[in-house]
Amino acid sequence: MTALSIKHLWKEYGDQIVLENISLEIAPRSFVALVGASGCGKTTLLRMLLGQEQPTRGQILIDGEPLPPEPGPDRGVVYQRYSVFPHLTVLGNVMLGPEMAGSRFWGRLTGTRKRDLQDRARAMIADVGLAGAEGKYPAQLSGGMQQRLALAQALMMQPRVLLLDEPFGALDPGIRADIHALMQRLWHTLPMTVVMVTHDLREAFTLGTRIIALERTRTRPEEIARYGAQIGKDIAIWPPRVAGGGTIYDNPALRDDPALEDLIAGRPDMLERL
Amino acid sequence: MRLINQQLSPPALLALKLAPFVLLVIAYLAGSAARLADNPADKLLPALSSMATAIDLMAFTPDRRTGDYLLWTDTWASLKRLGAGLGISTAMALVVGVAIGIFPVIRALLGPFVGFVAMVPPLALLPVLFIMLGLGEISKIALIVIGVAPLMIRDMAQRVLDLPREQIVKAETLSANSWLVVWRVVLPQVLPRLIISLRLQLGAAFLFLIAAEAISSDSGLGYRIFLVRRYLSMDIIFPYVAWITFLAAMADYGLDRLRRWLFPWSDMEGGR
Ligand SMILES: Nc1ncnc2c1ncn2[C@@H]1O[C@H](COP(=O)(O)OP(=O)(O)O)[C@@H](O)[C@H]1O
Ligand SMILES: [Mg+2]
Repeated sequence: MTALSIKHLWKEYGDQIVLENISLEIAPRSFVALVGASGCGKTTLLRMLLGQEQPTRGQILIDGEPLPPEPGPDRGVVYQRYSVFPHLTVLGNVMLGPEMAGSRFWGRLTGTRKRDLQDRARAMIADVGLAGAEGKYPAQLSGGMQQRLALAQALMMQPRVLLLDEPFGALDPGIRADIHALMQRLWHTLPMTVVMVTHDLREAFTLGTRIIALERTRTRPEEIARYGAQIGKDIAIWPPRVAGGGTIYDNPALRDDPALEDLIAGRPDMLERL
Repeated sequence: MRLINQQLSPPALLALKLAPFVLLVIAYLAGSAARLADNPADKLLPALSSMATAIDLMAFTPDRRTGDYLLWTDTWASLKRLGAGLGISTAMALVVGVAIGIFPVIRALLGPFVGFVAMVPPLALLPVLFIMLGLGEISKIALIVIGVAPLMIRDMAQRVLDLPREQIVKAETLSANSWLVVWRVVLPQVLPRLIISLRLQLGAAFLFLIAAEAISSDSGLGYRIFLVRRYLSMDIIFPYVAWITFLAAMADYGLDRLRRWLFPWSDMEGGR
């Protein structure tokens, strides 16, 4: 159950203010879709959640603790490109994380530990629909298969937070629908909070529990560098989706789900709507 | 059809590939025949038969003074120097180049320095090397290293920097520490490039080797060529040059096969 809290976050590159005073509470198990015009700072915000970039001002807390200043295994990531390693096979890519976690010098396991990991990796590969492709290199996979592989690779580390930067942006519509179904199932079954950047509003509404739109309020040329993007819209999907099931209407048992309470706790404005 | 879209049949392709070689041989034979007809004692473009005699003398007849087969002892002496020089350069490129590419401290410390050293003309340093390291093997190997290593280091460092940052970050989210990023992500991806870099430096390495051997040596392919030059023995020089070229071409080809065999992914689209 991992909550993210962003407090008065600013990001500037030199003179250019990219993000301006962003404050956001993300409840555990939510699936936040981050939308906004190209260049408005979505990737920058995601990089700061990842620990790859540091905020100029402000703070990010993960379960109440300050975010570590560099990326780590508690936060997984899938990018639109370059998410998998071209020199490793599908199986090698999926095994890499646990191998490095279990062997801090050689980065390789041996004996039963290796066999156990291989079994786990094969199960994960089958789970994302890549069974049979274990021996292929990423260059031999289609775009959709590469993104499935990237998901499998990230999920092997059982991250508490999964960060996605336009992960399905380059895929054909049909393939995208399949991978949306996969993404939804993974989010329902695994205890993780997801933040996904997308430029596709449909995708945002299909997958998200909450949609955050970053917006620049001032767009006159002389103002662009001086004012950053802020949170323009913050839309909770209605009826609320809850991790582990459909909506509370699909599954009445979920009305008592503690996750729902957390969701509401993170979003006081939802009380009125309930 | 546009010239850029021409499709060639396999025989035509083969004929075109061989044509320049055949033309070169024909031109040589014609030139040689013409000069020899003018003056049977001409040494500049010897006939194939005199070259064959010279090859037999150098490669298959023991030297009268030492009992060695000169071509083979020369080849062995040169290849040892070349191998040592290129081996040291390759190891340096791997260690220093990757370190410059991945660690900000080492990049700041050595990046500009290596860039500067790479601009030193190595041949201008040759007298310094002979004075400081003596006339033996070390100075020849050092010349090859000085001439080749800085370029290979820079190439390696640039390849590491060219890796998408996303990959490094991804590895960090998969629990890699700095060493594991190098060992499991960076090294395997730049090794194919290291082999390519080595291939590209073969020509330069031979240049420095022959320059060093020409000035101070008692064996080696370069030594022999510059020794027999005094007697205008083109019948020996031409086969030696051809032999050196053949060795370099074989090394080039062999390294490329090695790369494809070791890193099958490196030729695939999206691989690097
Ligand atoms: N490393 C950087 N240095 C300077 N400017 C940057 C850097 N990264 C991003 N920017 C700028 O920040 C703005 C937001 O970029 P980005 O977060 O990639 O936008 P988005 O992902 O929403 O399309 C852009 O104007 C971009 O030029
Ligand atoms: Mg972006």
